[in-house]
Amino acid sequence: MTQRTSSGNAPFGIEGILLDEGTVVSVTELTEVCNLSVSQIKLMVGEGMLHPHGTQPEHWCFSGLEIQRARRALRLQQDLELNLAGAALALELLDEVEYLRNRVRLLEQHLGRLTDVEP
Amino acid sequence: MEYKDYYKILGVPRDAKQDQIKSAYRKLARKYHPDVSKEPQAEQRFKEVNEANEVLKDPDKRAAYDALGSGWQAGQDFRPPPGGPGGAGGFGGFQQDFSPEDIDQFSDFFASVFGRGFRREGPQPRQRGMDQTTRIQISLEDAYQGATRQIRLDDPRRRLDGSVEPNSRTLNVRIPAGVTQGQQIRLAGQGSPGGGGRGDLFLEIDFAPHPMFRAEGKDIYLTLPITPWEAALGATVPVPTLGGTVSLRIPAGSQSNQRLRLKGRGLPGKTPGDAFVQFEIVTPPASDEPTREAYRQLAEHFGTFNPRAKLGA
Repeated sequence: MTQRTSSGNAPFGIEGILLDEGTVVSVTELTEVCNLSVSQIKLMVGEGMLHPHGTQPEHWCFSGLEIQRARRALRLQQDLELNLAGAALALELLDEVEYLRNRVRLLEQHLGRLTDVEP
Repeated sequence: MEYKDYYKILGVPRDAKQDQIKSAYRKLARKYHPDVSKEPQAEQRFKEVNEANEVLKDPDKRAAYDALGSGWQAGQDFRPPPGGPGGAGGFGGFQQDFSPEDIDQFSDFFASVFGRGFRREGPQPRQRGMDQTTRIQISLEDAYQGATRQIRLDDPRRRLDGSVEPNSRTLNVRIPAGVTQGQQIRLAGQGSPGGGGRGDLFLEIDFAPHPMFRAEGKDIYLTLPITPWEAALGATVPVPTLGGTVSLRIPAGSQSNQRLRLKGRGLPGKTPGDAFVQFEIVTPPASDEPTREAYRQLAEHFGTFNPRAKLGA
C-alpha cells in the first residue's frame, strides 16, 4: 500500500493510512487488506461494485475508497447472506441514502421558524 | 455475569417455531447491521442478535438454554448451576467448534452456558485476529487542522481457564488534516488479537454537529446573516471559516439565499474543498417609534415596489 504516513508508536500518536482517493493499492494488496480472493474481486468488478484503474486484472489499481467499499460489500454478503447482486444493490442504495441524508440536513438548516396563522 | 434473554432480544415468544426465529433474526440483522444502521448502539445490538440466533436456531443449544428455566430476567446476575463440567465444555457438555475469534464475539454468559472449549486436535492454523471497525467523533476544526485523538477500545482477555476478562486499551491516533465524514483510517495490526497476530483496526470518521458550519465532502456551508442595507448597497464583512476569519465582499443588490463560493476555503486536501456562504437578510426589529418611522419612510420611498409581482396575487 502506498504509505503516505508512517506507522509507529510515535509520541504524536499512531499514524494510519487514510482510505481516500489519494491512497492507491494493487489487487494483491486489496486481497490482503480485505481478506478477499482475486476471483472474488474480479466478480465485484464485473458487478460494477469496484472500479479499478488499469485494463488487465494483474495491473488493476484501487483507491482507498474501494477498500472501504469492498469490505462493506463483503460484510453485507456474509452477515445478511446476500448474493453479489444483492450486495451491489445494497451498496448503491446505502450510498444514495447517505447522500440524501446529508442533503436533507443541509436543507433543513434553511427551513425557517414555523407559525400557524389563520388566512 | 448477566443473564441474556435471547427470546426477548429476537422479540419472539418462548414457544416460537424455528421459522419464526429465523425471520425475526433476519429482520433484526438487516435493521442493526453496522453498515446499514445509523443507530449509535447498532454494533452492540447486532452482536446480541447474532448471539441469540446462534443459540435459538440450533435445537440442541436452544434446549440447553431453555433448561435454565424461564424464571430469569434479562440482566439478572447469573451463575452457572453447579455440577456441570464447566470450563472447556460449559455445563451443557457442548463440544464447540467455534474458533477463538468467533467466541470473542459472544458474551461471557454464552461462554458459560455453551462452553469455551475448542477442539484442538492437531495443529491449528495460526489465524490472524479479526479486523475491528470503530467510529470516532471529531470536530470540524480537528478535521481541518488534523489532531491526535485518544481512543479506548474494548480488548477482552481470555483467562487461562478460557473465561473472558473485560479489558480495554488506549491508542493515540493521529487524524490527518482534511478527513471527511465517513472516511476510514486503517491502522494495520491494531485490531483484535489472534494466534497469528492482531487484525487491522479501521477508524471511521464521524463529524460532531457544528454550531455554524456543515460539511458535505470537503465543502463547508455557512449561513451568513446580513442587513438589508448591506444586501442593497454592498459591503465588506468579516466571515468565519475553518481557517479563520476572512473579509467577504457582499455584492450590491444581493438577495436572501444567494450563495457565494470561497474557493479552497473548505477542508484541505490535494483538491481542497470550497466554503459556500449563503446570505440571509435579517431585518432589525421595529421595536420603538423612531425605528417604525424609519420603516414607514422606506415604505413611502419604495411605494411601487412589489416583491410578489410574479405570484400574480
